[in-house]
Amino acid sequence: MQALTHRAKQVNRSPMNFWERLYLPAIFQGMSITLRHFFKRKVTYNFPEQQRSFSPVFRGLHILNRDAEGRENCTACGLCAVACPAEAISMEAAERQPGEEHLYREEKYAARYEINMLRCIFCGLCEEACPKDAIYLSETFAPSDYERKQFIYSKQDLLIPHPINEPEEYKKALGNRAKPEDKS
Amino acid sequence: MSIISILFYFLSFLAVGSAIMMLISKNPIHSILWLIVIFFAISGHYVLMNAQFLAIVNIIVYAGAIMVLFLFVVMLMNLNAETEPVKNHRLQLIGVVSGGLLLLVLLSAVMKTKANLPVQMVVGEEGLIQNLGKTLFTYYVVPFELSSILFLSAMVGAVVISKKD
Amino acid sequence: MDNSLLAIDMALILEKLVLIVVVVFASLGIAMYATYGERKVAAFMQDRRGPNRAGPFGILQPMADGLKLFFKEEIIPNFSNKILFVMGPCLAMLTAIMTSAVIPWGNHIEIFGRSVSLQIADVNIGMLYIFGVLSLGVYGIMIGAWASNNKFSLFGGLRAASQIISYELAMGISFIALLMVTGSLSLKDMVLQQQTGHWWNVVYQPLGFLIFLICAFAECNRTPFDLPEAENELIGGYHTEYSSMKLGFYLFAEYINMFISSAVMATLFFGGYDFPFVDESTLSPNFAALLGIVALMGKIIGFIFLFMWVRWTIPRFRYDQLMYLGWRILIPLALFNMLATGAAVLYFHK
Repeated sequence: MQALTHRAKQVNRSPMNFWERLYLPAIFQGMSITLRHFFKRKVTYNFPEQQRSFSPVFRGLHILNRDAEGRENCTACGLCAVACPAEAISMEAAERQPGEEHLYREEKYAARYEINMLRCIFCGLCEEACPKDAIYLSETFAPSDYERKQFIYSKQDLLIPHPINEPEEYKKALGNRAKPEDKS
Repeated sequence: MSIISILFYFLSFLAVGSAIMMLISKNPIHSILWLIVIFFAISGHYVLMNAQFLAIVNIIVYAGAIMVLFLFVVMLMNLNAETEPVKNHRLQLIGVVSGGLLLLVLLSAVMKTKANLPVQMVVGEEGLIQNLGKTLFTYYVVPFELSSILFLSAMVGAVVISKKD
Repeated sequence: MDNSLLAIDMALILEKLVLIVVVVFASLGIAMYATYGERKVAAFMQDRRGPNRAGPFGILQPMADGLKLFFKEEIIPNFSNKILFVMGPCLAMLTAIMTSAVIPWGNHIEIFGRSVSLQIADVNIGMLYIFGVLSLGVYGIMIGAWASNNKFSLFGGLRAASQIISYELAMGISFIALLMVTGSLSLKDMVLQQQTGHWWNVVYQPLGFLIFLICAFAECNRTPFDLPEAENELIGGYHTEYSSMKLGFYLFAEYINMFISSAVMATLFFGGYDFPFVDESTLSPNFAALLGIVALMGKIIGFIFLFMWVRWTIPRFRYDQLMYLGWRILIPLALFNMLATGAAVLYFHK
């Protein structure tokens, strides 16, 4: 029979000789292997005290971005919802009223913006689709919960902290993945 | 009462009491467990007579091996009080008569012996392992060797039976 | 020995009581930490870290486990035999601890002018006593297994019984060979022989030691012979129906058995409390006893590590392989060893 892969290994089916039938050498060999592992350096991280850094391409929870003055970038164009392969994003648009210019950057904004984290597959296509750089995926992952409805994240959950009122939280939430300011 | 006689009476009552319990308990598993208690009581008597070797061999052979096999078989047979067949009265009568006759024979045999001679407690040396060994290998060497050949052949037989053919 | 039953004074009773309490609690404590050691050894051999949350390095983990077992709900199945169901774990624990009576934990020490022997009972049938108690160890498992009224439990119990009976034979025969070399059944005598002049018995009886070691693994129901509890075919074997501290007793008894059989092996084959390359008779008795206890504990811990090392290396036997090994290999080997030892003793002593 032809081997299916080049890694296939021929098993030796010849009858065992006396030394092999004693089994003791094989047992000692196995025990030496486990003893070697006994003294090996352990690769486990002691999780809460010692955390692994995320890789630069990690895609976690979504964040709705604001610009430097703290105005929401999102203009509720719906491109992210169209791009989403899991259909996790839904939104409702509203028109910006006079006097709200400090809240919303464009004339149109998202009154309601929801992402169902149980549907989301964290592919990052919404981030690529967004023309306004309003949504990107951060370096945290969705925490567990007891109820399904808790996983539908509203706009309040997703919005990044205000850069002027809460600069520290903003910086923390921004992470390393936000695009440089001058591009927007 | 000395500590020896206290122990003697305790062990005797234990032995007789558990023998009775063994007879009257409905569940065969319980009977076996009472029987094991009897063996322990008898081993205690052996120790009192300074026959330690006999005591421990009694436990190893009877309590440790034979009773385990008994227990093994009874557990597999699943004998319960409910499944016990009802014996007819004639059989029961015959059983009582023959048991009584056996008791009579045993009693008369005990009466015939020098019953007033108490069993030597603690002072005897025959039960110690050196003396026992010397007796077995000098005076009783032929029966001892014969029985050991019997046991060896039984063991070899077990090995042969376990061999697939 | 012949008058010892009569010659009981209060000081002797007191000293024996203290010794019994110390030995029992020491074996309980060592068994507790053996569970911790087992988890650590298992973890280290699998490139993990093991328990490290309760206290520094997880050193309080056994306490946490024990506490958890105590506070678990006690379940006694409706169709079980209630008395025997409770008796099972008690018997297992009892027989596990009983063996420690004849093991010499050290030479005598001197307190208030009295010479106190560090052995609970120096009987001249010590080895037979150990053998007898070992053969009783199966009752705890069998009774508990049957009383649970569960087919998996019963299977576990039956396996335990037939396994222990089968391996007892080979163990007994290797005992006999050792007996021919030492000429005494008292464990104290054996240690003294190994301490003065002789080599350790393992030098005279390497094959006997190997057989004894394998049988000890089987008698303790340790992997690769843990068929009675075989968790992936019999759920939990004989302790399927057990919960709370009764389960704890069964698991604990296994660790005590391991500790005691390590002590027996150390005593029989590795010189007991003999500290190698040190002449104990030149030291003060108390220091010598301390040194002896340290030496014995070191040997015991080494054996316990061996038990764990093998457990996390070698997979479980199939049942027919187990019986094949016991009856077809170990018994003929042990018989051969006995005959060879007899011939050697006859040749060298003539």
